[in-house]
Amino acid sequence: MTKPFLSIENLTQRYPDGQGGIMTVFEDATFGVEKGEFVVILGHSGCGKSTIMNILAGLADPTSGVVTMDGREVSGPSLDRGVVFQNYSLLPWLSTLKNVSFGVAARHPDWSKAKVLEHSRNYLAMVGLEGDVIHRKPSQLSGGMRQRVSIARAFANHPKLLLLDEPFGALDALTRGTIQDELLKIWGDSGQTVFMITHDIDEAILLADRILLMTNGPFARVAESVDITIPRPRNRTDIVEHPNYYAIRNHLVQFLGKRSKDLAGQASDGAAQRPETVRIDLTGTAKDPTPETRLRAVNT
Amino acid sequence: MPSLSLNQRALLMSVLILVVGLLIWEAAIPAQKAVGELTEYERLTGGGAQKAGVPPPSQVFVKAWEELSNPFYDAGPNDKGIGIQIGYSIYRVLSGYLMAAIVAIPLGFLIGMSPVAYKALNPFIQVLRPISPLAWMPLALFIIQDSEASAIFVIFICSIWPMLLNTAFGVAGVRQDWVNVARTHELGHIKTAFTVILPAAAPTIVTGMRISIGIAWLVIVAAEMLVGGTGIGYYVWNEWNNLDLTSVIFSIMMIGVVGMLLDMAFATLQRAVAYAE
Repeated sequence: MTKPFLSIENLTQRYPDGQGGIMTVFEDATFGVEKGEFVVILGHSGCGKSTIMNILAGLADPTSGVVTMDGREVSGPSLDRGVVFQNYSLLPWLSTLKNVSFGVAARHPDWSKAKVLEHSRNYLAMVGLEGDVIHRKPSQLSGGMRQRVSIARAFANHPKLLLLDEPFGALDALTRGTIQDELLKIWGDSGQTVFMITHDIDEAILLADRILLMTNGPFARVAESVDITIPRPRNRTDIVEHPNYYAIRNHLVQFLGKRSKDLAGQASDGAAQRPETVRIDLTGTAKDPTPETRLRAVNT
Repeated sequence: MPSLSLNQRALLMSVLILVVGLLIWEAAIPAQKAVGELTEYERLTGGGAQKAGVPPPSQVFVKAWEELSNPFYDAGPNDKGIGIQIGYSIYRVLSGYLMAAIVAIPLGFLIGMSPVAYKALNPFIQVLRPISPLAWMPLALFIIQDSEASAIFVIFICSIWPMLLNTAFGVAGVRQDWVNVARTHELGHIKTAFTVILPAAAPTIVTGMRISIGIAWLVIVAAEMLVGGTGIGYYVWNEWNNLDLTSVIFSIMMIGVVGMLLDMAFATLQRAVAYAE
């Protein structure tokens, strides 16, 4: 079996719980992400999603376990893994353009200043930021615009893996919708591999190729990997008409509402905890001849 | 006066306070009696001699006009223009201050970055900080054997603490998010220090620098009264020995004006490095 592009093996995170004991956030989590895939991880707060994200970014070290990307072990942060943080993390003393260009300059130290600026402007334009706006400081931008800058900064660097940590969590629903569309567009053009955290089920279905479902902590695990069997290009008004949409949505709601609790708190006994693949397809074109039974089997 | 803006009204009030204050001062000084008006007894007991007293503001203005119209004359060790005296003081303040900045800002960076260095150096800082800078003077004079350099050392020692502590505080308080941005962009330690931590901590650092220059200007007057020779502090003391209170009051005003200008320079710098989150 060949290793996937991004491979997470037996990842375990434990903390001292402050009372002399040990708290296991997750244990032996094992899953993979293929090149060009858009994978969303969904779970309740506190289940360790952000910890996984920080480990993938190289900002935190796991207690044990290995992350490899493109055949190399991940240790420490790298320009190959771009991060869009929930709170944008723009540098407030730099203009919008400089916030993007400093990253581009770090990625391409050999480029001329003009080339760096032009590249940065192009990516800002892709998320709809042009003209005077790019010379403003982040404090003079709305939350939505700031997150656009952050997305432009990440995409402009062409990282091998893009990590999005609840990027739209702090935005209102309307702004979120617009930026999701922009993200889909810019992702579609780039073919980037994306790993994203979210709380929002509809957002996850709209964006993802595959959704990883995490149980509650402690001893959280990635229990299921749900394929999103809705063809691309997707847009928010059309996908709700698709026959699979509500079947998938119901499955996710059921999981988050009930089974994430039922499955919580089971120690792994050292075995790799791989997610079970779930494929829900009611269109009849699927290779799986009995999607209904498959679905039922998973739900028991 | 509804037609005047807030600033205009404030200005008007300032001028009013100034004029009233000067008038009260002028009126409060008793005029010296002319020799002809004295009784014989007063004349015999020396009442006709020029009496020392607090001068009225009009005399101070005349003195100020004289001094400021020729600020850089040099007629020997005890008679130099006010410009030369202030120049000496500023030179001492800036040399001591710059040396303090060269030591305090990098050291503050180190302390701010490293909790171990912070804990290790904190007891020393806490003991050394409350020492009046002038208390170092005898030791400085003995070791350095030079009054000029000792005055500069005193400025150095008094300006170092606010800069050191503020730099450490500012650097330690840089948001982890911004440091993470630097880390995910693979910026090296030096690059991170200059492109992320320094600009992030700059407002706090400059606040420390502003406090330091204020203290340095307070201390230089006292230091120069002790070491003598030149400088605005020496000038004040020398004129007191001459019992020339007009010059004393004039130089007090000049100390205030120069202090204000120094503070304004740092306020400008503070605005330049400020950022809104």
